[in-house]
Amino acid sequence: MANISVEELSGNRAQPYPGAPDNWKRFFTFSTDHKVIGIQYIVTSFVFFLIGGLFAMIIRGELITPEANLVDRTIYNAMFTMHGSVMLFLWSFPVLVGLANYLVPLMIGARDMAFPRLNAAAFWMVPVVGLLMMSSFFVPGGPSQSGWWAYPPVSLQNPTGNLINGQVLWLLAVAISGVSSIMGAVNFVTTIFKMRAPGMTFFRMPAFVWTVLAAQLIQLFGLPALTAGAVMLLLDIVAGTSFFRPENGGNPILYQHFFWFYSHPAVYVLALPVFGIFSEIFPVYARKPLFGYRVVAVSSLIITGLSAIVWVHHMYASGTPGWMRMLFMFTTMSISVPTGIKIFAWTATVFRGKLRLDTPMLFALAGVVNFVFAGITGIMLGSVPVDIHVNNTYFVVGHFHYVVYGTVVFGIYAALYHWFPKMTGRMYYEGLGKVHFWLTWLGTTLNFLPMHPVGLMGMPRRVASYDPEFAFWNVLASLGGFLLGLSTLPFILNMVSSWIQGEKAGNNPWRAIGLEWLISSPPPVENFEQLPIVIAEPYGYGKDEPLVSNLAELSESPG
Amino acid sequence: MNMRLIGTLVGATILITLASLWMGQQAYSWFPPEASAESKLIDDLFSFLTALGTFIFLGVTGMLAYSVLFYRAGRYDYSDGPPIEGNVTLEIVWTAIPLALVIWIAAYSYQVYEQMDVRGPMELVHLHMPETMEAAYAEPMEMASLPSAKIAVQAKQWAWIFHYPSENGEDITSTELHLPVDHRIKLALTSDDVLHGFYVPAFRLKQDIIPNKTIDFEFTPTRIGTYRLRDSQYSGTYFAAMQADVVVESPADYQSWLADAAGRVPSPAYNRASSEYNRAAEQTVVRGWETVPPASPPVVNYAPKQAPASPPA
Ligand code: HEM
Ligand SMILES: [Cu+2]
Ligand SMILES: [Cu+2]
Repeated sequence: MANISVEELSGNRAQPYPGAPDNWKRFFTFSTDHKVIGIQYIVTSFVFFLIGGLFAMIIRGELITPEANLVDRTIYNAMFTMHGSVMLFLWSFPVLVGLANYLVPLMIGARDMAFPRLNAAAFWMVPVVGLLMMSSFFVPGGPSQSGWWAYPPVSLQNPTGNLINGQVLWLLAVAISGVSSIMGAVNFVTTIFKMRAPGMTFFRMPAFVWTVLAAQLIQLFGLPALTAGAVMLLLDIVAGTSFFRPENGGNPILYQHFFWFYSHPAVYVLALPVFGIFSEIFPVYARKPLFGYRVVAVSSLIITGLSAIVWVHHMYASGTPGWMRMLFMFTTMSISVPTGIKIFAWTATVFRGKLRLDTPMLFALAGVVNFVFAGITGIMLGSVPVDIHVNNTYFVVGHFHYVVYGTVVFGIYAALYHWFPKMTGRMYYEGLGKVHFWLTWLGTTLNFLPMHPVGLMGMPRRVASYDPEFAFWNVLASLGGFLLGLSTLPFILNMVSSWIQGEKAGNNPWRAIGLEWLISSPPPVENFEQLPIVIAEPYGYGKDEPLVSNLAELSESPG
Repeated sequence: MNMRLIGTLVGATILITLASLWMGQQAYSWFPPEASAESKLIDDLFSFLTALGTFIFLGVTGMLAYSVLFYRAGRYDYSDGPPIEGNVTLEIVWTAIPLALVIWIAAYSYQVYEQMDVRGPMELVHLHMPETMEAAYAEPMEMASLPSAKIAVQAKQWAWIFHYPSENGEDITSTELHLPVDHRIKLALTSDDVLHGFYVPAFRLKQDIIPNKTIDFEFTPTRIGTYRLRDSQYSGTYFAAMQADVVVESPADYQSWLADAAGRVPSPAYNRASSEYNRAAEQTVVRGWETVPPASPPVVNYAPKQAPASPPA
């Protein structure tokens, strides 16, 4: 595959759009450069992370006392609905798409994504989704108050009688977000299949690329179900159909199947790329190859497959017959096997390595510990008899925040610190990074650990008021929540000031192995002067073997 | 060297095992009192899962901590670690062990589920594991004097109403759920409007209630006392306020309560949602949006006039 065409070799590395700015202004344009789009995704979604976090602060403010005395119940219900929706659709999904956008082409040795314009179009739908969600605060009746599940019949109730109401805007936003995600998924899958550099076989791809592939395949098979459910719900509200309307013979449980058929696998759309991040980071900071790389890579696809057949574990209490409960209990438990493989592989990678506890490594290690904890409570939830008690209690809220915060957000922070020098060409401040880590870790533990005992005691989720017996744990959780709010400050300070005036980082400050580390920081518009010719597996730590055969030709001025 | 390593490993395993067993025992104290036959089964299962989970958690974090504590690179040490890329035996072991573990957990859970025998909805065929176990309610305790008929549970936004059948065909209604201790209870759950959830933490039991469906639900209360029933499936604005007392009493007390209730003229019971709704303006710091109005307070035979008062569980 060494026959590189003359055109590719020509030194013409102009901007894809003549006249496009090459400074910060390019982040406000319809750029088709995957690196610009990646950063656009990351920054936009971080703004929504702060907004979703603000809603969480209001939730925790209300819950610091048992009575519903801070905000009206309708506002509380809108807050947890918008908190969940913003955190998922406007933070977790897009930020990971942003990271994948930035990294996948670099990691597989491509000059861009397969469809650059589609890529830009998919990104620009995210602000539209955000605007729709936020505008629902200003319509009569306020935003959706039916939770991020939007279960009918509650989601069909429309107290103002208005056609343009919070629930309708919410459904439109979710539908657009789904279209954007499908466009992204088509792009990623095509890119990974078609755009790999010469010599970059599947088993030479970094584990992160494998996990992105596995996650995006889920989007392709799952999103149509969610979209179908959302469209039927929308029709029930605005067009008088009765798919889910019980008064006219509709079946509200059917919606739950549509919803969870996508939304269970959706947690793996979040978790898989984060597993990939862990798999990238441990070898670098432990100076050892990823243990069992091929098995770790393939286990991602096994997770994709299994994730499609477990959704009913969210419906154990929803009028699900006994045989179905038992069936889905067995499938659910089986997911812990490929997941366990990954956890053990990370432990073995770190085992007796040469560890450097820089901020990315701290976040990754703590992320894995949190994930082990979440996995254990997850098995408990998978067990039908236990779930019959804790279903819809704070035990569940604690469990999934150990996933979405303790694991996913920790992994994202690890990734942002690790690739920050690549993205900006500058180094972040290690001291501030460590302060950020410890605040985040303390806040996470204080916020989400107490939710487990209070859930076992029987406190339901989604309640604006609760009985005094639950107060102790809720005070702790609220303090932890406010600490988490505070923890974003050193992070923002660090990112902004380092980007402006941090030390120059050089091509490869971590001495990491990977195509992205062979080119300059930040990489040039077209990434590689000449396409790399890959000759080795991705994690050659301790082996002293070259990754590519044409190192000198990758960039114009090596160094 | 190797002997020392094995010694350390064995020592660590023993320590972790002891810690796990201890956590498993602690688990019982995290729950409300065991007030139904089913709750004992669930607490045992949870204790087992806690012990197992603690073992795995300490095992993995212990390994990580060991490397973090003892294998840090020196400040100027830029060398790499040993290039170990995998180990087939080890990988097979750590695939097989979790597989065996989860099959064990699932089988144990299945067994507990069969013993609970809570029925639940749409049971087409009622599968039973042969012989191996008896249902949680052990001996049949039906007393001739007690109505074996179902108690109908009606949920609506945002009230619980309980209907007890009576001889003259007219229901005896109440907003408190009274149950005779040590008797198999049969409920028929219905909803007037949206999804609700029947959840009594002290019984460890929960079942969603679906409009247009009647769901049979069975269990056996075993401990006299007052417990809290909470709505567990989000049902709109006053969801959190939808609670009721569950009074488990001796069969004699239960009978006299029922007779007393039958003689009472129906009157409106206390209802938190509607009382809050009527005073909405003075409730909170920040006013809210328009809501589905709560139903007016239910008019029932047995109609408590104040909020549920079950002691903290
Ligand atoms: C400062 C950090 C956070 C705090 C204090 C927090 C707090 C909470 C609380 C207390 C609830 C339960 C509300 C209720 O049931 O009444 C909740 C729900 C939820 N949170 Fe978070 N959370 C945080 C971060 C996140 C993140 C990063 C995600 C990422 C996906 C997330 C996703 C969700 C979801 C999906 C729900 C469920 C909403 C629903 O029930 O419909 N949260 N959060
Ligand atoms: Cu799930
Ligand atoms: Cu309810």
